Formats: sequence, C-alpha cells, structure tokens
Amino acid sequence: MNIDTNARYRASHEYARKDGAEIVAGISDHAQSSLGDIVFVELPEVGKTLKQGEAFGVVESVKAASDLYMPMSGKIVAVNEDLQGDPALVNKDCYGKGWMIRFAPADPSEWNGLMDAAAYGKEAGKE
Amino acid sequence: MPFVANSDADRTAMLAAIGAKSVEELFADIPAGRRFPKLDLPEPLSELEVLREIESMASRNVTASTCAWFLGAGAYNHFIPAVVPAIASRGEFLTAYTPYQPEVSQGTLQAIFEYQSMAAGLLGMEVVNASHYDGATALAEAVLMAYHNAPGRDRVLLPAALHPEYKDVVRTYLEAFPARIEEYRGDPAGAALDDKTFALVAAYPEFEGELRDLRPAAEKAHAAGALFVVQADPVMCGLLKSPGELGADIVVAEGQSLGNSMNYGGPFLGMMGATAKLVRKMPGRIVGEAKDHEGRKGFVLTLSAREQHIRREKAVSNICSNQGLVMLQTCVYLAAMGKGGLKTAARLAYDKAHYAAELIGRIPGFRVENKSFFKEFLVATPVPAEELAEKLSRRCVVPGLPLSRYYPERRNELLVAVTETCTKAQIELLAESLKEAAK
Amino acid sequence: MNLRPEPLVFELSSPGRTAVSLPKGDTPSYELPAGLVREDSKLPELDELTVVRHFTRLSQKNFSIDTHFYPLGSCTMKYNPKANEVAAGLPGWRNTHPLVGAEFSQGAIELIHKLQVMLGEIGGFEAVSLQPAAGAHGELAGVFMIRAYHLSRGDSKRVKILIPDSAHGTNPASCTMAGLETVTIPSNAEGGVDMDALKAALDDTVAGIMITNPNTLGLFERNIEEIARLVHGAGGLVYGDGANMNALTGVFKPGEAGIDVMHFNLHKTFSTPHGGGGPGSGMVGAGKTLAPFLPGPVAAMEGGKYVLRDPAKTVGKMKAFYGNFGVLVRAYAYIRMLGAEGMRRVAENAVLNANYLKSLVEKDFPVKYPRRCMHEFVAMGDIAPGIHTLDIAKRLIDYGIHPPTIYFPLIVPEALMVEPTETEDKEALEEFAAVMRKIAEEAKANPELLHAAPTTTPIGRLDEVAAARCPVLCYRG
Repeated sequence: MNIDTNARYRASHEYARKDGAEIVAGISDHAQSSLGDIVFVELPEVGKTLKQGEAFGVVESVKAASDLYMPMSGKIVAVNEDLQGDPALVNKDCYGKGWMIRFAPADPSEWNGLMDAAAYGKEAGKE
Repeated sequence: MPFVANSDADRTAMLAAIGAKSVEELFADIPAGRRFPKLDLPEPLSELEVLREIESMASRNVTASTCAWFLGAGAYNHFIPAVVPAIASRGEFLTAYTPYQPEVSQGTLQAIFEYQSMAAGLLGMEVVNASHYDGATALAEAVLMAYHNAPGRDRVLLPAALHPEYKDVVRTYLEAFPARIEEYRGDPAGAALDDKTFALVAAYPEFEGELRDLRPAAEKAHAAGALFVVQADPVMCGLLKSPGELGADIVVAEGQSLGNSMNYGGPFLGMMGATAKLVRKMPGRIVGEAKDHEGRKGFVLTLSAREQHIRREKAVSNICSNQGLVMLQTCVYLAAMGKGGLKTAARLAYDKAHYAAELIGRIPGFRVENKSFFKEFLVATPVPAEELAEKLSRRCVVPGLPLSRYYPERRNELLVAVTETCTKAQIELLAESLKEAAK
Repeated sequence: MNLRPEPLVFELSSPGRTAVSLPKGDTPSYELPAGLVREDSKLPELDELTVVRHFTRLSQKNFSIDTHFYPLGSCTMKYNPKANEVAAGLPGWRNTHPLVGAEFSQGAIELIHKLQVMLGEIGGFEAVSLQPAAGAHGELAGVFMIRAYHLSRGDSKRVKILIPDSAHGTNPASCTMAGLETVTIPSNAEGGVDMDALKAALDDTVAGIMITNPNTLGLFERNIEEIARLVHGAGGLVYGDGANMNALTGVFKPGEAGIDVMHFNLHKTFSTPHGGGGPGSGMVGAGKTLAPFLPGPVAAMEGGKYVLRDPAKTVGKMKAFYGNFGVLVRAYAYIRMLGAEGMRRVAENAVLNANYLKSLVEKDFPVKYPRRCMHEFVAMGDIAPGIHTLDIAKRLIDYGIHPPTIYFPLIVPEALMVEPTETEDKEALEEFAAVMRKIAEEAKANPELLHAAPTTTPIGRLDEVAAARCPVLCYRG
C-alpha cells in the first residue's frame, strides 16, 4: 500500500495535501486499488463551496460506485479535467496526475483533525 | 400435473437423498398455523378448456380486427409486418432474461444495441436506453432526471394539452419531491420560464393533435437554463423533423406504434433518448460496444454504476425489468420498415388523417379545431361526443375518443386518429356515420 | 450456438431496399407543414429475407429457457407454457384498445377482475391492483402507499424504511424515489433479520420495513410474524417483496401473516416469459389498512357489469392505462391450468428441486447458511486458489449451462445463487451437479481452463472497463 506521507487522510480514503495556501485532494492508493479499474470520475463545478464531509463527486468502477467526500471545507478552485478523458490516471498515479480537486480551505484548522500517514496506514491496514 | 417435471417416484428418490420424510417437512420454517392454507381457486382446466374460456372472454371486446378504427389517444392501430411477431416469438429471445452474461446473450445485446442506434437516429438523440415501461413512465423519469440534474431548481412546465394519463403519472412520480408542476397553454415558446425552472416539456404533437415547430421553445428553454424535454410520436419522426433536430435535450416516446399491438394498453414501450452529456444521469439499461481479449467485437451492459443493483439507494432510478421483448419487436419493425417504409406509413397516415378532417369539417355542426396536425385531430361536435362514440361503436365504427372521458366538461369534443390501416372507404363511412348520428 | 459474427443492421443496409409492402395512397395528398419536413430518418434499408436471417442468427447467440438450463437465482427461470402465448395472442386482446370504453371491453375487464381475485386469494390480500409493470414498479407503488398512509394520518415524521442487508438493490432505490430514507438492518448468523438490530432501529420515524421472504439467501424468515408485530407496534407498516413467491404458492399466504402490502412478479412465479429483460408485471396486493391506497384503476363488478375505478385514496396512476395487460392474460391462463392443487405443487417441487440440487452441489461448493433452503440456495465459488465465482460462471457456459446469479446477495462473498425451479427434472439437476463437480476438479487441477472460459461462445470475456471508459452506445456509421 502506497501512502503519500505529505498528505493527510479521511477514514473514507480521501487524501488532502497542502499546496501553498490551497489543498489538493484525491483518493488514496488503497482506495483506488480496492475499487479496481476506474471508469468515470464525476467532479464538482469550480467555484462551488462545500463543507467538510460533504460529497464533492463520485468515482465509478465497472462493479461499484463511491461518493467522494471533502476532507476539509472549502471553495473549489480547480478540478482535474484530464480525468474526464483518462480516468485510469487515478489508478496509475492517484497522488500525482490522478488528483481530483484543488480547493481553498475555509477553515485551515480542520487539517489537524485529519489522520496523518501513519494513522491512516494503520486504519487502512485493518480492512 | 402440468409444468412440473418430476414423477412421484422421482420425488420419493429425491426426498430420500436429502434425508426428508416428506415434502411437507421442507416447509418446517413456516409458522405451523400458517402452513398449507386452503386455496380457494377455480378447479383446474386442461389447456383446451382454458383456451376456450379465454377465447370467449376475448371475443367480448370490440376490436380493430373487425371495426373501422379511429381511436388513438396514446395507443394506435398501425400496421405490423408479419416478420415482427415471427421473430419476437422465437424462444431464444422470448425465454431469455436480462443479458447479465454477455457471452451467451449476444443476440439480445446486439438487438438492444441496434434498437438504441435506430431509435437514436429516429428521435435525433445521441443516446437511447433499452426501454421504460411505457411512454408515460419514460416521461415521468425524464422529468425526474431533469430535476436531479439541476439542484436548486424546482419547477417543471407541462403542456396543458399533454396526455392526461401522462400528467397523472408525472404527478405520481414527483409526489415525494418538492417540485412544482405547472401547466402552460398553447405554444411552449410562450411558457413562463424562470430561473427556478428545471425543465420545459413539450408534446410533439400534443394530445389534442396540435403540431408545432418547437425550435423557438427549445431556444427559450436553453436561454433560461432549463432542459427541453419532448414527448414525441415516433412514427411521425419518420416523416417530419426529429425532436433532436428541433433542439430537445431529452426525448421520450411511446413505442407501441412501432410494431406493437394495442393490447388493451400494454405491454407498451417507453422510449427515452438524451444528449451524450446527460448519459450518466439517464435511468435504464444501456448497451455498449466492447472487445474481448482477441479483439472480437461484442456488446455488453454498460454504465451500470447508475443502476440500482450497484448504486442501491443512490441509483438514478429503481428500474430493473424493462420492456425487453417489446423493444425487440420495435427493433425488428424499424429494420423491416426501414427509412422508406416508415416514411411511407407516416405519409399515408398524414394524408388519410387530413382527408378525414376535410370530410368531417364539411359536415354541418362539426369543426376541426387544429391549425396543424399529423394523424390525430380534435373535432368540435354538435352533440355530445360520448353519444356519437357509443352509437357508432355499436355499428363497428369506433370514431375516436370523446374528450369527456378525461375532461367531463368538454362534452362536445372528439379526438380522431387515422393511421395507414384506415381505408378511404372507412374514412368516408366515418364521416357519413357521424353526420347521420348527429342528426 | 451461432459463433459467426453477425453484422449490424446498418452494415447490411443497401439504399432502396425494403422489407414491407404498404398500400398505395387512396386519398388525396396534402401539403406537409413547412419547415418540418425531414431529410433522413437515419433508418437502414433491408429486404425481408435479410431481416429474417439477421434476427434469427442473432437469436442463435442466446441461451434461453427453451434451449438451456438457466438456474439464474432470484429470477425464477421456469418453463413458459406455450398455451400462454396462444392465449395472449388472441385478436380479441391484441386488437382492442384501452380507451374503447368499459361497455366495449367487458372481456378484458372481466379477465383483470378474475385475476385480481385469484392473486388476492393466493397472497391472502384484501385487494389487488394489477397496474405496476414490473417488480420494482410494484415496490415503488407499495412504498408510495406506505408514505401516503402515514401522511393521510397527519404523521409526516415517518421518513425511514428499514431494509435487511440481503435485499435486492431495487428496495433501497424504490425508497429513494418515494422520498424515503433507507436504514440497513444486518442479518443474523442464521441468515435472517437480526432481531436486536431491528428493535433498536424501531421508533416513530420509521414508516415501515421491506422484507423479502424467502430472502435472497433462499431462506424463509422464521420470525416473519414477530417482525410484523414489532413493526406494527412501532406504528410502521410491512412491505413484502414477492420476488421469491415461487417457494410459497399454496404454502403460505403473506397477507395473513402481517404483510400490509406486497408485490408478486408475474414473470417469475406465474410463468410469463422474461423476454430478454421484460415485460414483467408487478401486481400489488394489500391488506385492509392499505387497500384504499392501491394504484388505480382496479377492476370491479357493479350492477352486473365489469368496470374500472380508482380506489378511494389511491396513490394515483403508476403508468398509462391498465398494467401490462398481455402479461396478465398469460398469468391468468397459467393459474387456471393449475388450480389450487397445482399452485401448491409448484412451490413444493421448486423447494424439493432446490434442496436436492443443494445436497448434490454443497460438497464441492460450500453453502454459507447450510440449513434447509426454500426455492434457491447460495453457494460460494472461491473453491481453489486464484479461482473466483466469475470463473465458475464462465466455465459453466462451456458446458452449455446458463450461470446462476453471481455476486449477489452482497452479504455472501463470491456468491453463486442457484434457483432450479420446479420445471426442471431430476436428470437436469444431476447433470448440473456433475458439471459443477467437474469444474471443481478443474479448478484445482487446471485452473487455466476456468480463467480462459468461455471458449465455446461467439466472443470471450469482454473488456467491460474499456467499454465503460469510452462508451460506444450507438452505431457510428
């Protein structure tokens, strides 16, 4: 299981990584591998404001579909348009080219409530 | 015992093998007091006797086989080429189920793909699904789809002249959602759209026959940020512009008239098409092309993550069983009729309907109310239309639908439908009979 | 099975061909509406023989009940009597119209009425509506009725429906369409509803429970009356999903055991053909509490005549006109041929066949809940390293058997859900078991055979991932 040590995590397997004042989010390697080949990613409109824990999109494989939840509250500033044409990027490089959204956090202190890599590794290992 | 394969000897052997003393023992989980209740059903009959009984019931209906037929209103007596039932009654199609195992269902899957392709061309849409229960439920699901597509918007505009049963079904389906259903009169381009409207629905043609160019309405709907949903006559689309060409985002249609009998109202075929960008919001099964590891082309159910068996409470719809066999009939019908056949049938219906309107319009006291129509038109009658319908039906001329069936106050209006199956002589008989009955 | 690739109708098309002959116009011709005339309807052009050969060849690429053993669990793939087809095809049904008026369609309304009465008797219901077009459509009608009932009493806080985790996906999806929330109730170690979890979930926000009995594990819910009592005690109502009614005809009347509303699938239990996906019929029956809320219209007898009318507090119309009438004729013919004794024999033999087959198969394919089953059982396919249920299913195809339902119910890993039905004979069951044994041996000795399967079909396993990533949903010329 590959865990980006610079990122923090929700128990529902979304990661959040700081990039300047903004946050880049996607799903963890553990999540992409248990979903299998991803066929579609639905992402929110840029400019939308969402609360922590609110669904920002959906990721689909052939046999399953999962909602994607905001790791922190914030306003969407960009979504990864490449995923429309090539959703497999999430399987190939979930922390890099397979990122999903970039948002401006509304409450940066929410970061502290997320799991760090070690805690997430333990949590995901249980499944 | 019919339809049970095993003999008593087989059963005895099987019970011994599983270590049960009796068949009754297998039902021990059922509460004792509720087990094997008395069933008060009529005595069983042989196949011969049952068919005789059913035939005697069936013979008590007035049918288009023996009458001059001008009743439509959502179920139409169009011609069905013999090849359609011949193919659809093949056991390999009739007794298969949903093609979950593509390797042994390529027949059904390819037929669905061909239906999707032909229907998409006919309706002018980029995607068509594998069917809904009927045109009314297809419309209701289209309205729900438009509702879920536009969070924050809660208003849908229906034509006042939509089929009354379709209105009822839309109301039933939307009952649990905080959506406002409002009606507009006349041209949909004049409907009062606003920034809360998620869909403008238009009928092409309307229940009462009126046929309009929908392009201005499509433009207005889009300018207001609403989806333009069109309920169309699919036979007409063989002759006149498709709803897609006029700007529809979602098209629904009753496919009964494409190769299916009237069957006292069912099973019918709910057709639904949409633009490609709406496909993941679309309910119903969809078949797509795929390749196997050797590169051989095949067909498979796809985009299933929208559906109930995967998405459960978050599915776009609960639909599972659909109208597969009816869809197959329409598939064969469209292939058999082809471009030329459907256009000819539609043109015949158009000309015959206009001839009928001309004759009826000439009868003193009768007036055709439509400016433009396809195969069905509304007639103002000098006496209650229900009386005319009753008198004529007894003489085996079924003249149309008295609107009072749906709108009790509209007593003197008759909706007349004419298809390619009506002859000139029957049309003239209709006009003469109406004239005489109204005296 | 036809292994040759069959071109699409569009690829067989040639300009100017037609498969139909239509009458010449015998009336004057009229001008078409300006600006609306269409250039091209995009339909293909074929001659009649080409149409017949094309679709006949396609039909030969299907497995079907008429050609193969088809133990697709939960779908009740029983033989569809040919007499049903003759009955439904009579011109008196096919060529009559839903709006011709009650006086001119007495035969049709009579059949609806008689079928309502017979199905009501089989289910133990006060009243029946034949409106819904499929099982899921019946479920939707049922949850609409439950919602309408609570609202009619001014009780708007009941917004939750309890659903066991073994339920079909249509149950929760139907609730969402009726604006109700779904609460999942876990199963207990015996495969039934966990009664403690049920009790904990019951409060005054619960509108009702949806319960499939026998459940999707093929097990009869022994606590059904207790469940109904508890839910009723909390002010909720009980919905019965009748997908598995084939185990119970003449054996148990759900309406007498506390079920308030229930659908039957006429295309399963009552032998109407599945048609490659439909049409079905999902009639709903209701007890006294919910009968006034049934979808309309229903048939009744008034003053010596058959009429159609709406129940007093109907939830409205579920579709246009009166259900899938043609399917109703088939179900009517079936019940008339069987009678009370026959209906009971159907359930008895369905259950006997399933138990016999289970006993033959379970040595090689473990059954998670090994108690006596009803009309179907759920085994597991991961019987050797690297072997999954999908491999078993695909290998069955090579032996000429339609695979059982796979990966459902979700609570059994690697599920293989087998429903033989009463119309299969002992030899067919034994042959299936022998094939399963052979596959089990192959799985251990030669797993590649399973991974490569099927090899006897027009195509092998398809790349469903690529198909969903770049969907091609229409012919693209």
